[in-house]
Amino acid sequence: MNANPYLPVRAKILEVVRQTEQIATFQIESPGLNPVPGQFLEVSIPKVGECPLSISDFDSDYIELTVRKVGKVTGALNALRKGDHLFIRGPYGNGFPLEKLAGRHVVMVLGGIGLVPVKSIVNRYYQNGGVKRLDLLVGFRTPREVIFQEELARWQEKFNVVITVDQGEPDWPGRVGLVSELVKEVAGQERAVAIVVGPPAMIRAAAEELLKSRVAKEDIWVSLERRMSCGIGKCGHCKISDQYVCLDGPVFNYRQVEKLVD
Amino acid sequence: MGYALSVQAFNSLLAELGGRYKIYAPKVFQGKGRVAGSALVAYGEVGELAEIAFDRKTAFSPKEIIFPVNQTMFYFTKEEFKENVPDERGVLIFLRACDINGIERLDTIFLQNGPYRDVYYERLRRKVKFFLMDCHPGWESCFCVSLGSNRTENYAVYVRRENNEVFCRVKDQELAGLFEKYGRAADVEPRFVEKNEVQVKVPGEVGVDVFEHRLWQEYTARCSACGRCTVSCPTCTCFTIQDLFYQDNAECGERRRVWASCMIDGFTDMAGGVALRANHGDRLRYKTLHKIYDFKKRFGVPMCVGCGRCDDVCPEYISFSKCINKLGEILGR
Ligand SMILES: Cc1cc2nc3c(=O)[nH]c(=O)nc-3n(C[C@H](O)[C@H](O)[C@H](O)COP(=O)(O)OP(=O)(O)OC[C@H]3O[C@@H](n4cnc5c(N)ncnc54)[C@H](O)[C@@H]3O)c2cc1C
Ligand code: SF4
Ligand code: SF4
Ligand code: FES
Repeated sequence: MNANPYLPVRAKILEVVRQTEQIATFQIESPGLNPVPGQFLEVSIPKVGECPLSISDFDSDYIELTVRKVGKVTGALNALRKGDHLFIRGPYGNGFPLEKLAGRHVVMVLGGIGLVPVKSIVNRYYQNGGVKRLDLLVGFRTPREVIFQEELARWQEKFNVVITVDQGEPDWPGRVGLVSELVKEVAGQERAVAIVVGPPAMIRAAAEELLKSRVAKEDIWVSLERRMSCGIGKCGHCKISDQYVCLDGPVFNYRQVEKLVD
Repeated sequence: MGYALSVQAFNSLLAELGGRYKIYAPKVFQGKGRVAGSALVAYGEVGELAEIAFDRKTAFSPKEIIFPVNQTMFYFTKEEFKENVPDERGVLIFLRACDINGIERLDTIFLQNGPYRDVYYERLRRKVKFFLMDCHPGWESCFCVSLGSNRTENYAVYVRRENNEVFCRVKDQELAGLFEKYGRAADVEPRFVEKNEVQVKVPGEVGVDVFEHRLWQEYTARCSACGRCTVSCPTCTCFTIQDLFYQDNAECGERRRVWASCMIDGFTDMAGGVALRANHGDRLRYKTLHKIYDFKKRFGVPMCVGCGRCDDVCPEYISFSKCINKLGEILGR
């Protein structure tokens, strides 16, 4: 690894799918990256900046990113179209421990864009099986913010998919309320293993509910989001206690998470 | 090998080295101090012995020589990236044992933390030779001995000035010939500070309960989150990567990194208005635990080298050694 790890490579956008007003999915040409689900890339547009983005899906010759427009870089990314180029380096981080999920009852508790890093896992289980049972609990703020609608509908065929929103609308057919509240309906009957992705408050609430439903701490896996700059353990922004989210995470076991203090 | 050199001979030696190396040392900058008319002691390029402030401690550490405050990583032209490669001359730094230990902490992060090496740091770092300055008896805010960073064996040349002579011990074979040429053989052993006025007790284990202690609230009331303590620290490595484009040609620009500080607003800001450690005392807690606990847990040595600069520069007179000792007391109970 003598090469400069900060130098990104140019990658072409093969396809753009609009998810919501703020969120778009980009399929990017990038052969041979072979990421582990849950890993992320540092994505940049020269002269605008760089930011970490989870790999939402991948194949042998493309990578998919799903970007919510919140600021400078994500705003500029949002304006890109098919055929444009962006720059990437990575993949970074550890990814999910898939071997720990094999053959188990899996409960995923996801807040909004937290669906992004697990999408490729669910797709693979959908295509090839591999788990005993999958409960996919997804919370969005409003019905208009629901992403991956097609995928969610397809996954319903094989898995228990429950979608909830914080604020309903008159024609919203789904549930209303916090996603963490759904945990007690699905976990508990048998030894489940859980994946939790979302904002800090949601992670806390979901973990509490999982523990109440007697899911073991060892069986809860959390993907943390922290401010990042370098993605490779140098810039210090993502450090919590003695752990670097970009190197040692973003996926941590709950046993570790409970000892980490920002 | 040990050598004694006259001041004049040492100056000739520096002049000869100056052709191949940039030479940095503590230096007094008149009128640049914090108070109008006062002097700033900081690192700067030197050409002769008289410029080197042997009897002063710098407000800022030598780290900026190898980790600049502002560093271009690469330039963007219309269709390509061009890396910024430093010039060829070597670098000699006159510094004390604490700061050599400090640079070893930088090495740990930039070269060893995770699978990637930071090439920008490495390119500058590998040009550096250390000229270990004799340190005696230290300053009132120093606490290097408690942290084991009062000593080092990691140097090219050890230098002690006594009256009109300079005593050197040379480890670096490349430089030995020069000392041979300008000096006479002498018995020289480095001496190190063996006792500081200030001592700290670094706690062994830290429980989660420490995080909510009243101690940090007291610091919230005092600390103004100015970040001076982290700027002056030889072991702080945090930075933020930024892009910019040039006013006169928007097609060209650069990606650069600038120092960042966990004490200053914005360090952890995330989308959705999530910001960690809004209270200044919580930032001081985060910094303190990193310096004396987290780093040690990860790499086996404390991060802080006890140079006391953070105490020297804090406008609110917050003493880091006192903070460590208060924490130690709480944990001892
Ligand atoms: C491991 C990881 C994976 C991520 N995956 C995704 C993803 O798949 N899709 C997605 O849309 N977003 C993801 N994010 C969040 C994304 O990185 C930020 O939204 C992005 O950095 C904002 O950059 P910006 O230039 O657009 O915003 P800025 O203009 O820099 O700031 C706008 C807002 O975003 C915040 N922000 C800035 N940098 C970050 C950062 N590194 N992380 C979080 N917030 C930040 C700012 O504080 C501000 O509130 C991920 C973050 C991490 C750490
Ligand atoms: S924390 Fe303070 S005493 Fe310790 S190395 Fe940094 S500046 Fe020196
Ligand atoms: S401890 Fe002192 S120097 Fe450091 S941020 Fe607070 S006020 Fe500034
Ligand atoms: S993002 Fe820079 S250290 Fe983790």
